[in-house]
Amino acid sequence: MKKHIIDFVINENRHIHAIYSLLILSPKSGEKLPKMKPGQFVQIAIDGSKTTFLRRPISINFVDYANNQLWLLVRKAGDGTSRLIDMKAGDTLNIILPLGNGFTIPNNKEAKLLLAGGGVGIAPMLYLGQVLKENGFAPQFLIGARSASDLLELEQLKSIGEVHISTEDGSMGEKGLVTTNSVLKNDVDLIYCCGPAPMMKAVAKVAKEINADCEVSLENMMACGVGACLCCVENTVKGNVCVCTEGPVFNINQLTW
Amino acid sequence: MVNLNVNIGKLALKNPVLTASGTFGYGEEFSDFIDLNRLGGFIVKGTTINHREGNPYPRMVETPSGMLNAVGLQNKGVDYFIDQIYPRIKDVDSQIVVNVSGASIDDYVAVCEKLAPLDKINAIEVNISCPNVKQGGMAFGTNAAGAAQVTKAVREAFPKTLIVKLSPNVTDITEIARAVEAEGADSVSLINTLLGMAIDVERRKPYLSTITGGLSGAAVRPVAVRMVWQVAKAVNIPVIGLGGIMNGRDAIEFMLAGATAIEVGTANFIDPTVTVKIVDYMNEYCERHGIKDINEIIGQI
Repeated sequence: MKKHIIDFVINENRHIHAIYSLLILSPKSGEKLPKMKPGQFVQIAIDGSKTTFLRRPISINFVDYANNQLWLLVRKAGDGTSRLIDMKAGDTLNIILPLGNGFTIPNNKEAKLLLAGGGVGIAPMLYLGQVLKENGFAPQFLIGARSASDLLELEQLKSIGEVHISTEDGSMGEKGLVTTNSVLKNDVDLIYCCGPAPMMKAVAKVAKEINADCEVSLENMMACGVGACLCCVENTVKGNVCVCTEGPVFNINQLTW
Repeated sequence: MVNLNVNIGKLALKNPVLTASGTFGYGEEFSDFIDLNRLGGFIVKGTTINHREGNPYPRMVETPSGMLNAVGLQNKGVDYFIDQIYPRIKDVDSQIVVNVSGASIDDYVAVCEKLAPLDKINAIEVNISCPNVKQGGMAFGTNAAGAAQVTKAVREAFPKTLIVKLSPNVTDITEIARAVEAEGADSVSLINTLLGMAIDVERRKPYLSTITGGLSGAAVRPVAVRMVWQVAKAVNIPVIGLGGIMNGRDAIEFMLAGATAIEVGTANFIDPTVTVKIVDYMNEYCERHGIKDINEIIGQI
């Protein structure tokens, strides 16, 4: 897929949580958004930071082609992402997109698909769910957070498919972790997973136990995002490969977990 | 019309802008963003005789105005380059320079012998300065005798333009530069990364799997400009300057210090179009200063 460098203008910055913002952007020039696949990501230039100078990789949360808008869900981590969260409507961002491979869309429309997200890992699942639904699948979501107030984009997810919830304090859904949720006792053909590494590893283990296929989205530290610097490598059955080009989505059978 | 043509030994460049090895892949990675034909040339990823997996992740950490990397020369080996990559990139209308690395003199020579017959490869850049490999690499580049030994052997194996890439991690870089010049190098490029280190104080662990790594980015620029200036005064062969060039202004700074051509490295990660912007800036700068030929500004300081 051709990669583009586009100046975006922020239409809206929704501060949906103390440490999360939903940025809704559109190309400044009015040009049409390029085609993007669920699971792909973008690289955002951060201006004026004292501590960071590389771009920040952020996964694609949703693409609203009808309104020519890109949604990015940003978690405050360091100075770079803090600057993104502090941005206001009308501000501009220089973005390279789309990057990476994206999730696999199965051929079998009857496949039982579970989209598992933890924390900001829910970000790629919204767009993935939408695309799966448009392709005739009935995706179900499994989302986990510390508490009910930490669940992101719940209403949007519910509009696409059934949502199973795990909270650590039991304030919504089942008390416990994503991996202890009873939905995993059901028949599942393919689990898509994005979240903190320990969560993805635990989900991958469950997937193997229940004989489900599983794809995870990794977020290794990146510099270039286009396969030039070889910094973001993951050790796979093929050796070290770039997460930015061969990933970020990997079938767990490719990984050495 | 400003003349931007420069020559590095027998290697003619349509402009002084090259890309630094390991920051531009094989050029293809950037073809969505820029017209590769507009560059003076690009220097492809460090190539070794055999496939190398490189160092374990994590290999990179950002530091103030810079980054540390410890990639460790991951590449698929020279045969893969010749069979798979070279045919895809050879028709580009700018120079392709292969960066060559080795763990022994024999390794360097073997890679050079394989590259020498390739029509489109008119130059190699011999890396005697990689800080991220246990054997070879910087070990050859940190003393004049080792640097001379590699240069002499490679000179015999590769008849076209020979550039030797120097390490800044030495007491006197001019001594190394003179040693490789004496053994027949056509040019020296400098600087490779500065050996550095960063620690995550919360986890009380180094950020890099290898503990130390190579520092690049704007942070190293004043050191690089100083070394280019010193080396340009010490040798009679053309110097290629690199180290923290982020824009056209920085590129001109290196040329004023004595560089005949420049390499853009880390800046490619932030702006994949930066190289062509630097070419445009050179034109604009020369016009603004009434300079007809960019060669006029080389080493004005």
